[in-house]
Amino acid sequence: MRIGVFICHCGSNIAGTVDCPSVAATALTYPDVVFSTDTMYACSEPGQDAIIQAVKDKNLDGVVVASCTPRMHEQTFRRAVERAGLNRYMFEMANIREHVSWIGKTKDLNTGKAAELVRMAVEKLRRNRPLVAKRFETVKRVLVIGGGVAGIQAALDCADGGQEVVLVEREQSIGGKMAKLDKTFPTVDCSSCVLGPKMVDIAQHPNITLYTCSEVESVGGYVGNFQVTVRRKSTYVDWTKCTGCGLCVEKCPSRKHPDPFNENLCNAPSINIPFPQAIPKKAAINASSCLMLTKGKCGLCAKVCPVKCIDFEQKDELVNVDVGAIVVATGYDLFDWHKYPQYGEGRYKDVITSMQYERLLSASGPTGGHIKRPSDGKEPKNVVFIQCVGSRDKSVDRPYCSGFCCMYTAKQAILTKDHIPDSQSYVFYMDIRSPGKMYDEFTRRAMEEYGAQYVRGRVAMIYPKGDKLVVRGADTLAGTQVEVPADLVVLAVGAESAKGAVQLGEKLRVAPDQYGFFVESHPKLKPVETNTAGVFLAGACQGPKDIPASVGQGSAAASKVLGLLSKAMLESDPAVSRVNPARCVGCGKCIQTCPFGAIKEIQDRFGNPKAEVIDTVCQGCGICTVTCPQGAIQLEHFTDNQILAEVNALCPPKMFANFE
Amino acid sequence: MLKVAYYPGCSGQGTSLEYDTSTRAVCKALDVELVDIPDWSCCGSSPAHTVNHVLSAALSARNLAQVETMGMTKAATPCPSCLTNLRTAAHKMDDPEFKDKVNALLDVPCRNAVDTQSVLQVLAENVDPELIKGKVVKPLTGIKIACYYGCIMNRPPEVMRFDHHENPMAMDNLMALLGAEVVPFPLKVECCGASYGIPRGDIVHRLSGKLLDAGRDVGADAIVTACPLCQMNLDLRQGQINDALRENFRIPVFYYTQLLGYALGIDRAELGFEKLCVDPRLALGRIKQPQQAM
Amino acid sequence: MQIFNLADADQGFIDEVEARSHQNVKTCYQCGNCTAGCPYTFVYDYSVSQIMRLVQTGQKDAVLKCRSIWLCGSCQSCTTRCPNKIDVAQVMDVCRHMAREEGYATERSVKIFADSFLESVERHGRAYELGLMASYMTRSGRVFTDVDLAPQVLMRGKLPFKPHPIQGREQVTRIFERFRKGGKNA
Repeated sequence: MRIGVFICHCGSNIAGTVDCPSVAATALTYPDVVFSTDTMYACSEPGQDAIIQAVKDKNLDGVVVASCTPRMHEQTFRRAVERAGLNRYMFEMANIREHVSWIGKTKDLNTGKAAELVRMAVEKLRRNRPLVAKRFETVKRVLVIGGGVAGIQAALDCADGGQEVVLVEREQSIGGKMAKLDKTFPTVDCSSCVLGPKMVDIAQHPNITLYTCSEVESVGGYVGNFQVTVRRKSTYVDWTKCTGCGLCVEKCPSRKHPDPFNENLCNAPSINIPFPQAIPKKAAINASSCLMLTKGKCGLCAKVCPVKCIDFEQKDELVNVDVGAIVVATGYDLFDWHKYPQYGEGRYKDVITSMQYERLLSASGPTGGHIKRPSDGKEPKNVVFIQCVGSRDKSVDRPYCSGFCCMYTAKQAILTKDHIPDSQSYVFYMDIRSPGKMYDEFTRRAMEEYGAQYVRGRVAMIYPKGDKLVVRGADTLAGTQVEVPADLVVLAVGAESAKGAVQLGEKLRVAPDQYGFFVESHPKLKPVETNTAGVFLAGACQGPKDIPASVGQGSAAASKVLGLLSKAMLESDPAVSRVNPARCVGCGKCIQTCPFGAIKEIQDRFGNPKAEVIDTVCQGCGICTVTCPQGAIQLEHFTDNQILAEVNALCPPKMFANFE
Repeated sequence: MLKVAYYPGCSGQGTSLEYDTSTRAVCKALDVELVDIPDWSCCGSSPAHTVNHVLSAALSARNLAQVETMGMTKAATPCPSCLTNLRTAAHKMDDPEFKDKVNALLDVPCRNAVDTQSVLQVLAENVDPELIKGKVVKPLTGIKIACYYGCIMNRPPEVMRFDHHENPMAMDNLMALLGAEVVPFPLKVECCGASYGIPRGDIVHRLSGKLLDAGRDVGADAIVTACPLCQMNLDLRQGQINDALRENFRIPVFYYTQLLGYALGIDRAELGFEKLCVDPRLALGRIKQPQQAM
Repeated sequence: MQIFNLADADQGFIDEVEARSHQNVKTCYQCGNCTAGCPYTFVYDYSVSQIMRLVQTGQKDAVLKCRSIWLCGSCQSCTTRCPNKIDVAQVMDVCRHMAREEGYATERSVKIFADSFLESVERHGRAYELGLMASYMTRSGRVFTDVDLAPQVLMRGKLPFKPHPIQGREQVTRIFERFRKGGKNA
């Protein structure tokens, strides 16, 4: 072979503790190395051009670059090498930055180690073979999981981009948490007024198929070719016939189960349409409270329905969908504030959550938009807002900031003044986080124009006194303890990962972090991608965020999807396992140990069982190569011989001689 | 029969004698054997831990070592201050360095093999509520009781390991079992002023005054406590509180063991109602007597 | 008002408080939850979160000379509710230890009470309530303390007139002696 070696300085990053020219000189003494040099920034345009030029001038057939981690620039150099006319797998990298210069300061030790790593790379390269990627077609359809504002945006953008979209939503209607809000900050727009048109677009878009009351049951396949099974849960109403007239809802006599859309502030009838702007506007029966389904009595809804679409025998339905990409937009849930016993643990009716307050403020809520104390229905005068309930708190395992509570509390304080002009709002805070556009001006408005009294300090306890609630907090700026007799206390609960997110993540092979939010490929540079090819994230499921950020991520995920599916064919990674049929004895052990189900049994032309690798599913983990008792299956680009060559390059020749 | 080593605490010999006698009486009635720790000494209460933690632990550890000599591993005390000292000493002595420092002060070293609980915890966790209910002869029907636990019996929860630290229910459940109407008391774990009665009476007046006010606010006929200091501050000093705050509280303050003993029909001589300063008859008089069989 | 020079922070003081209390005061983000729940705030000169701030900024004098640390009731409200799981009551206790060791006694009556109590324990092995009252009154000069309670107490026989010295009282005395000999950290 004719190998060229390039030792990168990376400015002073590597050159500061490694003698690069010396390593280059040593490399020239290695077998098959015909060219060796050091370079300032190998990844830069001139640096890459120099490599390409050297390949051409010196007639090289393999390149080693000693620089940073392959995770940074392996792709960069592979493409460069390909531009020079070589196969991109005739290239190896030695990491002399993260593995050498960043972890030690002694120059001669570092230089020696760098030379050894280069030697290993050279020895591997000498055993490398050119590899060619396979190409496969993709299904031009996208699965969007979650119909909140992020999912809605992703679905609309993908559909407008020409892809078919299947949108799966767990609840009865799309809209997510945003549909529950009264107004949104900082514009104080009516939430359902701005979201409504988008929801209608989803319903009417020719490219979008909407499944609500549905969940993803299983996911198989690989990027470009996922096979998804969706469970459409029975609503006991035939939605092909239901017109959403609402007569059944009016007549239903069973009103005992707490209404989840209204945050359990009131009861809902067993057959219900969650809110007036629901999409789809269809009724569904709650099986646990319906008299017919639990006791076999009533059936009034079936009697009054003008189109006879009630079906008490309806069962769940499984639907199979093939998609090329998946966008996860499953959103968030709110912190269970019962973990703060000092705020009453639910014993005090007038201590409510921010979302419950939102429903009280909303005209379509249980009180018709009038703020009333849940205990006695009276209008409150003193309303106390407590921020950071379940955020920035190690003692309840929520050390992170939820990012939107300061803003929504300011909004709620402003709205309170609008609804009840002679009310007084108090907001207990630790810090005010209002980084977005017009955000800080908004929180200042709450304080300056709407008279909300902002008190810097936490609240230690709330206890009832008479018909009021005494809120005992601190004003750290004034330096003392303070008390407020409140009529109503609103807890600004923080965000946590949605229920069921972790289980869904397992099906998609997307990892959750320690709080259950999905992990992105890179927190700064790849916020909507995951480490699983073809699966993207959008919205609060990736981490707490507000509406503009969720919408932004929805569009971002859509752009990734459109980019992925815009190619006629996708390339699969050729560094996958390959079976040598002559050595394979058909024991099937590799098939059993493969965690991805990427190996299947076939029959050779004599009818003997043999293993065969499904290229597109194989992730290149190498477990099969270790398992095979015959050594019949090898991982391309990481064969036993290639790896052992690296090992042998490191061990002194004497030991090698003794071994033989 | 459950057997525990019994640590009465210094005030049990003096200002809270009735707590000690009624505790012994109810334990006997409920088959809990209290074995007095021979020659027990003061745990140091609050003053000791405000001087030094090793000294405080040593004063407690002497008693734990006595229990070890008795061959027992479980101890019980009615006083939360003693309880927190005994438990904190054991907790801190999990650190071998601290344990050595403590044992250096003692004549007889302590192995740290004793778990101390409040008598309330022993009763709540070991005596079948149905058994208690079955033994009630004078149900407490007709009175409204507010249960006040005091600040340290259940806090901090990692050390005290008993009831809920914001809304404990052991006494509430017990009183309800005895037939009383238990009113939710919003300041169950709020400090009464502790041992500041003598050096800074104004503190006790204000803090205990708040508790009495809360009791009155929820319509309690009586407040029930499980701590000698709380009981003393609320009862003995109720007059002082009235003077200081220009109030006229007249709420009897019982030890839970006194009411438990009353309900179980124990001889009143053992319950010590006569030791209470605010007339207990204000509350006891409201109890509806059971109908006499003809 | 006192002006602090932050560069004058006494790092040794911070280290000592952290070592003796086993708490990392840097994790306190000054939320004020402790002050909010502290029932004794009304008699403090510095609120408990302010004491934490003074420790964080190494203001040794301000802490050891203050009144608050003597009036802490160790009621554990602060410790139980701290969102950063700091044992604030321990920090207060440790500061009181250090103040005592440096000879400060900003709340004289509280110190005298504690001393009288412990002296009674040292002598008898148990706290003899009447005796320690007498000792407190003599040392503090407050001879009328709780005189109004005397009739109730006497009438109901709430205070024994004689101490109950225990057999092992000398063991207890020795605890105190060894403690004093061992130096401030025993």
